[in-house]
Amino acid sequence: MSAANSSTQWCGQSVERVEDAALLTGRGRFIDDLATKPGTLHAAILRSPHGHARLAAIRTDAARALPGIAAVLTGDDIRKLSASLVVGVKAPVECWPIATDRVRYVGEPVAVVVATSRYIAEDALDLIEVDYDTLPAIVDPVAALNPTQPVLHDGLKSNLASERTFRYGEPEEAFTEAAHRIAVTIRYPRNSCTPMETYGLVAEYDPGEDAYDVLANFMGPFSLHAVMARALKVPGNRFRLRTPPDSGGSFGVKQGVFPYIVLMGVAARVTGQPVKWIEDRLEHLAASVSATNRVTTLKAAVDSDGRVRALDWDQLEDVGAHIRAPEPATLYRMHGNLTGAYDIRHVSVRNRVVLTNKTPTGLNRGFGGPQVYYALERLMQRIAVELKLDPVEVIRRNLIPSGAFPYRTATGALLDSGDYVKAFGLALQDGGFAELRQRQATARAEGRLYGIGLTAAVEPSVSNMGYITTVLTPDERRKAGPKNGAQATATISLDPLGGVTVHVSSVPQGQGHRTVLAQIVADDLGLKPSDIRVVTDFDSARDAWSIASGNYSSRFAAAVGGAAKLASGKIKAKLARTAAAQLNVAADDIEFAGGKVRARGNPDNALPFSRLAATSHWSPGLVPEENQALRETAFWSPTQLTAPTEGDEINSSLCHGFIFDFCGVEIDRVTGAARIDKYVTMHDCGTILHPGMVAGQVTGGFAHAVGAALYEEYAYGDDGSFLTGTFADYLVPTTMEVPAPVILHYETPSPFTPLGAKGVGEGNCMSTPVCLANAVADALGLDAIDLPLTPAKLAAHIHGAESTPPQQERPALAAGKGRALHGAGEAHVNASADAVWRMLLDPNTLATIIPGAHGVEKLSDTHFRADVTLGVGPVTGRYKADIRLSDLDAPRAVTLTGIVTGALGDARGAGRITLTPDEAGTRVAYDYDAAIGGKVASIGGRLLDGAAKVVIRQFFAALVRHTGGAPAKRGLFARLFGRDT
Amino acid sequence: MPRLTAGERHTVRFTLNGRAVEAQAEPRMLLTDFLRHELGATGTHVGCEHGVCGACTVEIDGVPARSCLTLAVQTDGASIRTVEGLAPEPGRLSVLQEAFRRHHALQCGFCTAGILMSLDNYLRRQPNPSEHELREFLGGHICRCTGYVPIVAAAMDAARRLRESPSDV
Repeated sequence: MSAANSSTQWCGQSVERVEDAALLTGRGRFIDDLATKPGTLHAAILRSPHGHARLAAIRTDAARALPGIAAVLTGDDIRKLSASLVVGVKAPVECWPIATDRVRYVGEPVAVVVATSRYIAEDALDLIEVDYDTLPAIVDPVAALNPTQPVLHDGLKSNLASERTFRYGEPEEAFTEAAHRIAVTIRYPRNSCTPMETYGLVAEYDPGEDAYDVLANFMGPFSLHAVMARALKVPGNRFRLRTPPDSGGSFGVKQGVFPYIVLMGVAARVTGQPVKWIEDRLEHLAASVSATNRVTTLKAAVDSDGRVRALDWDQLEDVGAHIRAPEPATLYRMHGNLTGAYDIRHVSVRNRVVLTNKTPTGLNRGFGGPQVYYALERLMQRIAVELKLDPVEVIRRNLIPSGAFPYRTATGALLDSGDYVKAFGLALQDGGFAELRQRQATARAEGRLYGIGLTAAVEPSVSNMGYITTVLTPDERRKAGPKNGAQATATISLDPLGGVTVHVSSVPQGQGHRTVLAQIVADDLGLKPSDIRVVTDFDSARDAWSIASGNYSSRFAAAVGGAAKLASGKIKAKLARTAAAQLNVAADDIEFAGGKVRARGNPDNALPFSRLAATSHWSPGLVPEENQALRETAFWSPTQLTAPTEGDEINSSLCHGFIFDFCGVEIDRVTGAARIDKYVTMHDCGTILHPGMVAGQVTGGFAHAVGAALYEEYAYGDDGSFLTGTFADYLVPTTMEVPAPVILHYETPSPFTPLGAKGVGEGNCMSTPVCLANAVADALGLDAIDLPLTPAKLAAHIHGAESTPPQQERPALAAGKGRALHGAGEAHVNASADAVWRMLLDPNTLATIIPGAHGVEKLSDTHFRADVTLGVGPVTGRYKADIRLSDLDAPRAVTLTGIVTGALGDARGAGRITLTPDEAGTRVAYDYDAAIGGKVASIGGRLLDGAAKVVIRQFFAALVRHTGGAPAKRGLFARLFGRDT
Repeated sequence: MPRLTAGERHTVRFTLNGRAVEAQAEPRMLLTDFLRHELGATGTHVGCEHGVCGACTVEIDGVPARSCLTLAVQTDGASIRTVEGLAPEPGRLSVLQEAFRRHHALQCGFCTAGILMSLDNYLRRQPNPSEHELREFLGGHICRCTGYVPIVAAAMDAARRLRESPSDV
């Protein structure tokens, strides 16, 4: 290695990751892999099957009586020992980690069971009885604003939790003067990046010191440490939070483990033993966090050449059932970037935050970017279509001009560096845009549905911790005091053998931080990465950290990497002065290279690095105090991250990468399936420290975006039931759905970060969904299209809506719609219609023929009650059925209307049974309609129709047996499973 | 077949990565929990517990299987391989593991164990897959970090190397 290139030796290379050998051999140390203290208890959580209901009663006696149960905790128990989680808006609402008076979303915790094993804890969940008085659920964010709708929180007058308007420049004039006004309205759906490892934690409480010690796969931001400590009612120094060495992905989502840290902290306090909780996938999908869904109307004032003069944003953000910290941050993260990559000086904004009966939202890769760019880039395409301009030209004409950086946006962001026009041109050229247009022309000439989409975007990274205060008025901010900055920290220690250890509070979940930090410090100290040991497991009691610590807003390379470089520089300066004294040269003439510290120009005048590095341990007397080099910590908060101004301008992020994407998408004319034919993504993420990892971030973000664009949606029924509770219902893309994108780079180093690096982890989650949607809109000639772009949705556009089947007369359902089921069929019974009629009205007969019945109680001639055990797919549960008979036409017809309720869900339905005598007995025909809610709807959805048919078949088979007739022909179920149906 | 009683613990014995092991399990205990918490083989991960994500894939008697859909007692007497058994010796990675490291085919590493187990088995049965065949096969696994591109590249690379030097593992 030569002295000249020693400072750039390792950064910029795709070195193999130090993390990988352990992970590839099964030696990772994830939260559920770590040993726990003997006596550690295990928790399981009972969750609401309803979207909205008042908790009338919870009976836990039977659960408590089960051997192995240490505690059963409900909202009342948690309230006694903790405080509400602080919320981020000025509103009189509380936010508890467990339901206290009402449940407000499916999956909301209702009770916690703590037991000697998870299996026993889950057994006890089945023994808890909860009486819910169901309330109308509000799912649609627009409808939630309707004054006639129920209000979710008692402290609020409506479901509107926050409203602010903003004005920058002279938007009204621009709208008056512009030649055209063009608008889009979009409804961005809910989705989540669903890390493969779910939440997990082990909580412990020490009554002697009134202190909590929690190990959790939390990811930051550590501003939430303060929220948790306050909720647990201890000072920050009595809430020790640690993270395991490995964490199985996060993408923002593991921020959402924090309410459970409070919940299980209390459980540990009550039981006096450590409590471990590992979330399961069903819990994760229903109730961890999701990204926000948002309804946006975006208007533009546009000149005839496509130049945008002004934007008018109207954003309605749905944060779900609670305003859980740090929300409504999703809405404000992009506030400085509402003009995207464009030079637009006039902006007006109305931001509203609404509460609905859905899972509370939180961090998710892209965080606010997907919602903003979906509106902005759909608008840019609409401008091109409406003004009959080339969409490429519309983007080009609006890009921030070259040479304008650093560029202050209208809403306050300071775009650090870039040459958007140049990167855009390079992408078109190197990505083969002309050839793509040719492919499209050929495809269209052959009658195929082929569209091209474009997106330009600015990818913000390193969030300003003060941006969230833009939700407050300037007056409220003055009272609260300014909030700003983004402290990053890194510590470098030298050990007595001269080894170098780096500690950071970046809490990685697989991004390879240890490898990159070793590269950075190795370059700085003239060592090899293998000489550097990097520790990233976090301990709030020992590590240098601040509220911005953690792994979010793509802050690692720019902020944490930079802080490591600064910490290394501090220790290096001290070592250089010591070496200068020993080598008899000036400190400025000392260089670090090849494992040596030496005089520049005279490499023989050198000391081994390890010997110099050990000096302050063994011979502090040789080193003046100011040069003692044992451990150095750097704190770095960029000065550009200032608090919001009086005019509500906010530099919401430090770094701004540039992205320009284009793609070709073909849609199958028959099935409506969208196939990504080609995808090109250009990134300017500043200086690239590790090309392999940058590629990994881009392809990984792209895959998430493909999922969000084409498949994924956290879907809710109108009654608040959650419909996508398994990985078989919430469809994430596999190898077959994610093509390899063409990745291009153009590097303009950030002048604001120590290494010139910017974040790159979230950009494609922002740019790709709308790029694909623009291509689909182009292919199908659509004005408006919302995600996800499922085959069914696209097929409806191609073929028109499916005609509705001929209506049959059906009994009306009692209440709202969850999973709807209907069916009809008939059976033959070897008995007279009179005999069958008597059986159907006799509780003793019903008890023997209703599948899973534990007893049927006759309350009146037309009113029955029964306890039944039913299984749907993976979920078997006990239910109470309440059945009424009406429209009796003995012995020919009867209508059964029933409500079935249980811990796993509920069903309401009605069916008409008709009896027709025939030569050998009676033909029994039935026709039913039902709606299913609760956990069964979430996770058994695909199986419900089949399960209902099985149960009904079992019923009639039993009826046939009861009449002494021959068993019915064995059905498919029986043939498959060897059981009589 | 021994008669099992719900709620009672039974001794389950099998061969794990070539070594005889035994521990106690209730009939309802999942193989994932048995491997991880009774035997301490935590390399096998639990991603969904309903058989979709593939993270828990292990090899049972030579066949890849979801250990989250398998009861521990079902595997009494079986031969089981897990990710801990893939490397030829401590400190050395298999050809497939090496390819994963070279291609950055893992980030968080949580889904990786299952993918490696599936691929290890597949490449022995199909040493020369097309990329399409390989992608189709890997469709039974979910990875949320990588976007699959480097996983496919690593698997194709490993397949090529194994074809060129069949004696390597």
